[in-house]
Amino acid sequence: MKTFNYTITDAVGIHARPAGKLVKLAKGFESKITLEKQGGKSADLTKLMAVMGLGVKCGDNIIVSFDGADEQAAFDAVTELIKAEL
Amino acid sequence: MLQFKGKGVYSAIAIGAASLFKRQQAQVRRKHVEDTQSEITRVESAKQKAIDQLSEIYEKALKEVGETNAQIFEIHMMMLEDDDYNESIQNIITTQSVNAEYAVAVTADNFSEMFTAMDDPYMQARAADVKDISNRLIACMGEDGGEADSGSEKMIVIADDLAPSETVSLDKDRVLAFVTAGGSSNSHTAILARNMNIPAVIGVGEEILKAVKDGQTVVVNGYTGEITVEPDEEFIAQAKAKQQEDLHKKALLQELKGKPNVTLDGTKVNVYANIGGVDGIGAVLANDAGGIGLFRSEFLYLESSDYPTEEEQFRAYKRVLESMAGKKVIIRTLDIGADKQIDYFKLEKEDNPALGFRAIRICLTRPQIFETQLRALYRASVYGELGIMFPMITSVSELEKIKQACDKVKSDLADEGIPFAQNVEIGIMIETPAAAVISDRLAPMVDFFSVGTNDLTQYTLACDRQNAALEQFVDTHHEAILRLIEMSAKNAHANGAWIGICGELAADLSLTETFLRMGIDELSVSPPFVLPLRDKIRSLDLSK
Repeated sequence: MKTFNYTITDAVGIHARPAGKLVKLAKGFESKITLEKQGGKSADLTKLMAVMGLGVKCGDNIIVSFDGADEQAAFDAVTELIKAEL
Repeated sequence: MLQFKGKGVYSAIAIGAASLFKRQQAQVRRKHVEDTQSEITRVESAKQKAIDQLSEIYEKALKEVGETNAQIFEIHMMMLEDDDYNESIQNIITTQSVNAEYAVAVTADNFSEMFTAMDDPYMQARAADVKDISNRLIACMGEDGGEADSGSEKMIVIADDLAPSETVSLDKDRVLAFVTAGGSSNSHTAILARNMNIPAVIGVGEEILKAVKDGQTVVVNGYTGEITVEPDEEFIAQAKAKQQEDLHKKALLQELKGKPNVTLDGTKVNVYANIGGVDGIGAVLANDAGGIGLFRSEFLYLESSDYPTEEEQFRAYKRVLESMAGKKVIIRTLDIGADKQIDYFKLEKEDNPALGFRAIRICLTRPQIFETQLRALYRASVYGELGIMFPMITSVSELEKIKQACDKVKSDLADEGIPFAQNVEIGIMIETPAAAVISDRLAPMVDFFSVGTNDLTQYTLACDRQNAALEQFVDTHHEAILRLIEMSAKNAHANGAWIGICGELAADLSLTETFLRMGIDELSVSPPFVLPLRDKIRSLDLSK
């Protein structure tokens, strides 16, 4: 299992478009990827409505965890997208 | 003649026949079913049909409004495939033995409530997306397959609310304007209307749906948000004139967009825009300004009930700099006092506020406020091309103190390992006769001057700006003012500084030639004046 901590710097946070991109990406991996809002709820990163429902905003801390056979590849791809978009 | 008022989301005027939007919204009834498996199969095949329709809409949107705005339909497709959404539908069908339509409707309510309950207005607006996909799904279970109608007449569409897919599905060539009873400016429909260049007014209220009948003449004013039903002839004539003027301006804009601000003999001048808040950036870009020549930072203080923090200011400045993508942004430090008062500053009441405790005078006597703003500005400087401008300068010693304050902030940031840009330009407003007269002494200390003609006029002619009775004595073209500007321009150039004008006089086209002959390097005007000014500059020949 791998985890990634990040503070959102994008002004609007995880809104529909980046959520869509994350979910699309996450669906390509076997590993279970979980997005947790620090001090809040967590959601399976393959579930769009749940991810949007977390209401992650600018300045929020998130923890993404990866667990499974391809966790390294998933970690690399997802963290790259988060750093670039959020 | 009936009038309604909403919020204009795309500024243009439309005159035409009303068409009330009819949604084929199937009434959903709860029915008991025995064969739940066949209901689940119905959902699955309807889902496939809905996704096919959405991918067609996506293709249409891609052509009409571009990829960024079309992406919402990709999101809609993903929402339809969302595990939680589908599990909820299946669970309701199997546990309650009910029909598929009912299960979808209940699921839609639950999910849209989740979004409505969120504290972020953007996320609240997503409730409409859930309703939209669910209605489509339900329509796809019916026999007609949920396809929209067609016709050929041009119309003003009036609806309770429009889902994004409904907005895009309407034939763009037939829609003169959108009017919705509900809706937020964050809704995708508002965003799409803006991108389709269609006049749109939202949030008009439910009454309009009952008051208007199909075919009635309606005037939609996207500038003011006013909707006028069955106007008289005079009103229509006025609206038509305004529409013509508007079209003319937009044609000018199209023609001049992307062209340089250069005179016939090849003299180049920068035309920038003045704005008073982050929400003005859209207008700056839409009018093709080369940068922001005056960004008034007061809004940060005026909109707040206490001193804005360094972090709040940093975020606002960063956003402006990033949005302008490398174009020059000149931010003026706090300029309150006189006619702009803020309670929490607790300023003493003055007999003569225009000659009183304002702008840089407040900053230099309350260094904590000044330092907070300077730190936020320098921290943001790495995100673009920043210039910092100080208002109400009258002496060399004030400027020395300001530069010391800047140096302190820079060395503190360096000690803390916080990055800032090395090329931040420092400038001052020339808005007191004193500053213009000693501009030879001030110029070597700065990168630029910017002339604030409104205050320069008030102080030079000794006429209070707030006193309407003095209007006959206020000659904005007074020789004294023009001489002070000319003097400042000479002194700036002699010392390697550039000079701009950011007051109202910059937009006075009868003075453009005079200013260019003085060697003014930059004119900063409110966004709608950028293109008319460009037009004027391109018609001048300074060699004659």
